[in-house]
Amino acid sequence: MARVTELQVNGARRRIDAEASRSLLSVLRDDLDLTGAKYGCGEGQCGACTVLLEGQAVRSCVTPVGTAAGKAITTIEGLGPAGRLHPLQEAFLEAGALQCGYCTPGMILSGVALLLRNPAPGEAEIVRAMQGNVCRCGTYPRILTAIRLAAKKGGRP
Amino acid sequence: MSDTPVKTLAFEPERYELHAPAAYHFDLDRREFLASLGGGILVVLAAPAQQSGGHRGGFGRGMPQQIGAWLHIAEDGGVTVYTGKVEVGQNARTSLTEAVAEELRAPLATVRLVMGDTDLVPFDMGTFGSLTTPTMAPQLHRAAAAARELLIGLAAEKWKTERGGLAVAGGKVTNPATGQWATFGELTRGRKLVETIAADAPVTPAERWQVAGRSTPKVKGVDFVTGRHRYPSDIRRPGMLYGAVLRAPSFGAKLASFNDHAARATPGVVVVRDGEFAGVAAPDREAAERAVRSLRAEWKAAAQPSEGELFAYLKQHAEAGSPREQGSVAEGMAAADHKLRQTYTVAYIAHVPLEPRAAVAEWNGGRLTVWTGTQRPFGVRGELAAAFGLPEDRVRVLMPDMGSGYGGKHTGECAIEAARLARAAGKPVKLVWTREEEFTWAYFRPAGVIEVASGALADGSLLAWEVHNYNSGAAGIGTPYHVPHQRIVFHPTESPLRQGSYRALAATANHFARESHMDELARTLGLDPLVFRLKNCQDPRLAAVLEAAAGRFGWKHRKAAPGHGFGVAAGFEKGDYVATCAEVAVHRTTGQVRVVRVVEAFECGAVVNPDHLRNQIEGSISMGLGGALFEHIEFEDGKILNPRLSRYRVPRFRDIPKIEVVLVDRKDLASAGAGETAIVGIAPALGNAIFDACGTRLRSLPMAPNGVRVG
Ligand code: FES
Ligand code: FES
Repeated sequence: MARVTELQVNGARRRIDAEASRSLLSVLRDDLDLTGAKYGCGEGQCGACTVLLEGQAVRSCVTPVGTAAGKAITTIEGLGPAGRLHPLQEAFLEAGALQCGYCTPGMILSGVALLLRNPAPGEAEIVRAMQGNVCRCGTYPRILTAIRLAAKKGGRP
Repeated sequence: MSDTPVKTLAFEPERYELHAPAAYHFDLDRREFLASLGGGILVVLAAPAQQSGGHRGGFGRGMPQQIGAWLHIAEDGGVTVYTGKVEVGQNARTSLTEAVAEELRAPLATVRLVMGDTDLVPFDMGTFGSLTTPTMAPQLHRAAAAARELLIGLAAEKWKTERGGLAVAGGKVTNPATGQWATFGELTRGRKLVETIAADAPVTPAERWQVAGRSTPKVKGVDFVTGRHRYPSDIRRPGMLYGAVLRAPSFGAKLASFNDHAARATPGVVVVRDGEFAGVAAPDREAAERAVRSLRAEWKAAAQPSEGELFAYLKQHAEAGSPREQGSVAEGMAAADHKLRQTYTVAYIAHVPLEPRAAVAEWNGGRLTVWTGTQRPFGVRGELAAAFGLPEDRVRVLMPDMGSGYGGKHTGECAIEAARLARAAGKPVKLVWTREEEFTWAYFRPAGVIEVASGALADGSLLAWEVHNYNSGAAGIGTPYHVPHQRIVFHPTESPLRQGSYRALAATANHFARESHMDELARTLGLDPLVFRLKNCQDPRLAAVLEAAAGRFGWKHRKAAPGHGFGVAAGFEKGDYVATCAEVAVHRTTGQVRVVRVVEAFECGAVVNPDHLRNQIEGSISMGLGGALFEHIEFEDGKILNPRLSRYRVPRFRDIPKIEVVLVDRKDLASAGAGETAIVGIAPALGNAIFDACGTRLRSLPMAPNGVRVG
């Protein structure tokens, strides 16, 4: 079986030794101890496992680690510039856009991918981009507020 | 370990939640723990049941038997509070921290809460029933107030002055007359004091709150937005393996044959077969999944009821129940000008906490430690002790703030499974249930049948009200309206599926039935549904939320638009009053329902944290509209047919209306818990609005999984 020996995560090269067919989510969480990406469904339906691959939001639970090799992976742990928060992380705190917070890393990364594509998205575009992310605690209105807030501030660090 | 058939696990939720005995559980030797605290001052608060009075002594002596909480101020001034309550997203960690900071007049950042660690915190039944705010918060207020008074005493002693002239603010005790001041640490240094206080020690009244009552942000919020917080499923231990469990193809199926040759031949894989339990542990998750797939098992299925016969089944197996009666329903009905009789049903739904059940178990010389997500750490400790034949003091359960529960994580199955695998492997094992397991092997909100019969005079006065609820539960079964003749009966029955608690329990079903019925009755009488409710309302708190919601919504001036409709509902539960107004739009041809706007007024006594309260209410509305419109468990012959998010629809961004929350803050009333009741009004408000929009009355939850049949 093909193996993957290196990943580019959060700007650093990380050595691993994993079968290429394993999910990116389990390699990030279990091999690299980057537990910010969460398991919620394992079938690409909840967005809790969202990470950025070359700036695009992907569901790491259905992404074989083999297809992520050689690409820039950003997880929630590496989102903010060293020691600071990304504007969307700040906006989540400002809007109180979390309860249990389990969906939060995936929500933030989906939102960041959106803001990278379009720094000033309209309401309908935000909803479309975020539709694949579930918050069971129901903080949806606050998450929308947070994304609007971050967009207003330029949306990028 | 033994197998656990569905029926013995089915419990009647209210009995289970609210009347579980507060057993004597302070059976651990705390001396070690107390010694580990070092010096400082410790305030021990007797649980409300025990009024033991003041007591002062050295560490480890003279402890009351039932303790609600303890609070320690270390020699460096750091405040640590130990409580058995847990944080599941309801922000109890924040609200309880506020309570302590309030009384200690200390910055929030100096207060640390240790929650849900059974070795360190006093026994607690669990975090459910909206009890944290009405029971634990006052206890922490008292403990912290006592600590403050103790600090004042120490300062008075130190400065040889009267305590009356001293003040506490900003984490310091000061003597305004002399300008002297001392930090908490300076006062506790070299001390080893224990103060036991009664459960009814005085606290700061809500009108004078400085810290509580404000929108304090979530404690440790940064850890949550940066991924730093470790949820139960994120815990990692040295040498840890990953577990997977072999599941029966249907409920009640028995393992007839079992062959694990392939799995056993795989290096690094441990296989366990113990009675009906079979599972594996392996070096990584995928390896564990592969190994469990390689197990060859044959099952002997047992016939199980299916969804099609659910409601008939519930009624057929029902007990008579014990009626709650007032006046004579027969008399009331005989005198009524208008009578109405209707049946409402509620499907099983799943909690779907975004973090499924997860546990990491580790054995150490006959001692078992388990990190797991649960609302009942002590309950799970008991389950583990029973499963492995251990005394409870050999089991430690730790509950890191988890990815929520909504009443769905009271039980310890996953913890037991992880512990069983870890014992066989001789290494720590992590087990995270798959979404499909969580959908199938956890428990559901009870399904139910609710029959309502009512009678009213032509002027709209209610005369008679009769309710029979089969299975869904007794919470919220009564009526908050004034009705002279009532007969209310809850009929426990056998549940085809394993069922248990859920946010607001049966109050959602009972409010749906009652508030839909009120709407139907108002239509029969030709009265405005708001006017009809207010006419029969003698409770000023209920009237206040109804008026607040209707006022903000603009109920009186609502304008009919094609396909749009408006609905109202109100209720009372767990000390909270709620009124909900909703606007929906029903698509003329597809019948799809769009919720346009929801206004909810809420009153829960003195508001502890307005922003977190709004967050809970908004969240309840979002969650509640799933169960109202489309969530339901499909099942057939012991199998769940839609056990994944691609088949079970939960509310998403596009489903969420414009939500407005109106808080009615009653500083003169004790704070009630508020994480549940806000959910009860949305289903009837939506149903009533749908009727208003298109003339179709929907009496079954979910109301419109495939839209409303129009025309
Ligand atoms: S866990 Fe990947 S989308 Fe749900
Ligand atoms: S905050 Fe709990 S799932 Fe979103």
